[in-house]
Amino acid sequence: MAKSGTFSNLHDWLISEDFTSSRQARLHSVYLGWRSLIANPLAFAGFAIVLLLIIVAALAPVIAVHDPFAQDFLKALQAPSAAHWFGTDEFGRDVFSRLVYGARTTLYITILVTIIVAPIGFVIGATAGYLGGWVDVVLMRITDIFLSFPSLVLALAFSAALGPGIENAVIAIALTVWPPIARLARAETLTFRHADFVIAAELQGAGTGRILLRHIVPLCAPSIIVRLTLNMSSIILTAAGLGFLGLGAQPPMAEWGAMAASGRQYLLDAWWLTTVPGIAILTVSLAFNLLGDGLRDIMDPRNG
Amino acid sequence: MANTSDTILTVENMSVEFPTLTGVTTAVHDVSFTVGREKVGIIGESGSGKSTTGRAIMRLQPPQAIVKANRMQFEDVDLMTASEEEMRSIRGRRIAMILQDPKYSLNPVMTVGEQISETVILHERATRQEARNRTLAMLERVNIRDPERVFDLYPHEVSGGMGQRIMISMMLIAQPSLIIADEPTSALDVTVRQQVLTILDDLVVERNIGLIFISHDLNLVRSFCDRVIIMYAGRVVETITAADLDQAQHPYTRGLLNALPSLDRPKDRLEVLRRDPAWLEN
Amino acid sequence: MTMIKAQHLAVSYGHGDTALKVVKDVSFEAQKGETFGLVGESGCGKSTILGALAGRNKQWTGSIEIEGETIGQKRTRAQLAKQQLVFQDPFGSIHPRHTIGRTLLEPLEIHGKDRRQERIEKVLTDVGLPLKFRYRYPHQLSGGQRQRVAIARALILEPKILLLDEPTSALDVSIQAEILNLLKDLREREKLTYILVSHDLAVVAHLCDRVAIMQSGGFVEIATRQQLLENTVEHPYTRILMDGSRGYVSEKRERNSAALPA
Repeated sequence: MAKSGTFSNLHDWLISEDFTSSRQARLHSVYLGWRSLIANPLAFAGFAIVLLLIIVAALAPVIAVHDPFAQDFLKALQAPSAAHWFGTDEFGRDVFSRLVYGARTTLYITILVTIIVAPIGFVIGATAGYLGGWVDVVLMRITDIFLSFPSLVLALAFSAALGPGIENAVIAIALTVWPPIARLARAETLTFRHADFVIAAELQGAGTGRILLRHIVPLCAPSIIVRLTLNMSSIILTAAGLGFLGLGAQPPMAEWGAMAASGRQYLLDAWWLTTVPGIAILTVSLAFNLLGDGLRDIMDPRNG
Repeated sequence: MANTSDTILTVENMSVEFPTLTGVTTAVHDVSFTVGREKVGIIGESGSGKSTTGRAIMRLQPPQAIVKANRMQFEDVDLMTASEEEMRSIRGRRIAMILQDPKYSLNPVMTVGEQISETVILHERATRQEARNRTLAMLERVNIRDPERVFDLYPHEVSGGMGQRIMISMMLIAQPSLIIADEPTSALDVTVRQQVLTILDDLVVERNIGLIFISHDLNLVRSFCDRVIIMYAGRVVETITAADLDQAQHPYTRGLLNALPSLDRPKDRLEVLRRDPAWLEN
Repeated sequence: MTMIKAQHLAVSYGHGDTALKVVKDVSFEAQKGETFGLVGESGCGKSTILGALAGRNKQWTGSIEIEGETIGQKRTRAQLAKQQLVFQDPFGSIHPRHTIGRTLLEPLEIHGKDRRQERIEKVLTDVGLPLKFRYRYPHQLSGGQRQRVAIARALILEPKILLLDEPTSALDVSIQAEILNLLKDLREREKLTYILVSHDLAVVAHLCDRVAIMQSGGFVEIATRQQLLENTVEHPYTRILMDGSRGYVSEKRERNSAALPA
């Protein structure tokens, strides 16, 4: 029972609030977060699916049983079978393998958009909220202009202007995603703007940059992370939509939206071509939503 | 009232427990007391269970809390067995509550006049016009000088002292036989506090009803109440006549009194309370 | 030696026509090691004076001298470090997502101080907190412990003056006694000058040498501790506040105190 002993020791060490190092303090909050994630079955399901998506994307060459780009017209439009679990498409490519490689594309787009959007949204929103006055007015009106377009139409216009391709799709999607993040960051900043601990930092001589990065970021981060996680599903849907319209990933790249699009001419004969990527899109975007909701319960400072 | 005896509320061995991650926390531990037609103060520091006690009497504890007692009798009502429906008819009518911030007790989207009128219509089956006149009269009774203006104000537009007076004016109509006041004046300035307490004092004495006055302010409870219950860590450590508070026996009560800076008995250093684990053994 | 000298200080909020003058022409000074009190009811301007001294409210006129140096509306870092503010609410004045160590490190980084860990350990000891508390988050601390952290944060820059804004009014009586004792000890040990804002005359009389009683933005009188304790204050408003700190005055017992301003 030595093993369970170590585990319970580790548990005690993690749960104890009598910290002896800042590492323990950090691990403690991570551990508590993990425990409340486990306690929430839906959020945990979302987490598990997202984790699965990451594993599948990382190990795509191992998991995929066929080459996703190998065409074989003799095998075109075969129904699901033991050899081709999700059937084959009009070029005889294995749909399962393309689905697995498509996970890479999906993850690539969501991560890239998030990395671009989070700092832009935060800097614009927090600066507007913290400085106020004309800075606030100018930044927020720019945000409003972006918000006033329907996001898919805006993404469509941008990717049409920039030319089709996955990188341009990422830029186009990012342009539609940052304004809500900026608004959220501004609203969060406003609630902390006049908090005593911010004023205390000001009275000790802290500059604007330090206050934004050291004091405002840690407070805004949870709700922005939650929002970004919830946004990932709409990023996936927009990416799929662009792919469907031929403005996202270009053939022969595997992308779920494009896969669904190309299958629609064969909808009646080969239902698996649209259904399988459709279910994948649905599952992953639902998973991100569930995870986001769960994270909100765990991370929101107002719940702690 | 069905019951005209002097005891309005009897609480015997009441405990309130909260289940938490690490087990059950007992917020109130075996508390017994009675309230007659008098002003009873409950004194305690934060976490002493004084507010939880007040809420448990109204059955307003959070849903996960477990209340146990041998007996909780309010006039002719057994508070342990009364249905939620019966409790709804008791709350606000027979037992009233005043909280620290009246804004949370008032409906934010109704003017205060409308809310008092509602109470009038509910209790006296009056017409709208009668209710308005009664309301204006009640606002005047609690020393609001321009009731016509106050009638049309929304809760966020009134000051803290005004809010408490509005709460008291509703009690004038509902005529409860017990008032539970949880830190009703902690957010008020001394002059306003004095006015609000005077009105409350008059109400309790004139109507000959009971008041449970929950507070952390020793001087205030000592000067306002007839009897004082001192709570520590969910337990009643001492019950004493307010005038005799200086002769309190329990070391906790003595510790609190000595920790208090005073204009009349200045000391160079304040005594620091030494908490004795033995206080928890009962 | 005069640490703080304020002359014809007036503070306002807002601009133009909507400007609201909260403090109207007050003058006072505090010597080194002295504690000067500001007492009054909410809205009388006592915290606003403190804000102007701390550098929080910049819309003031008149003159402020700190340690003989005339202070302008904009301050240098060194000028900001000379006086530090301790807030009323220990739950709102410490960053909830910073450990105590991080909170104490912050001012040291801003001012580029050396021997940082050593200073943090010293200041924690000074305010009577165990050293391992530096790894804790504020939500793991009680109100009294948090207020000690707030005092430690104010002290870590080695200021000459502490500006105390109702430092104990959010605390329990027993904790208030500990904090008041701590403030007394620190004042003697570090030769600090305090400006204490409070609504409770008993607390003020315990700590202060002189007290300004404020009403609607002005001083009604400046009383000494002796006057408060011997009950020889001059202004009737001061008496009302003194009665207030003693508790409730039953009107039946004492009809004469009914002449309160409504």
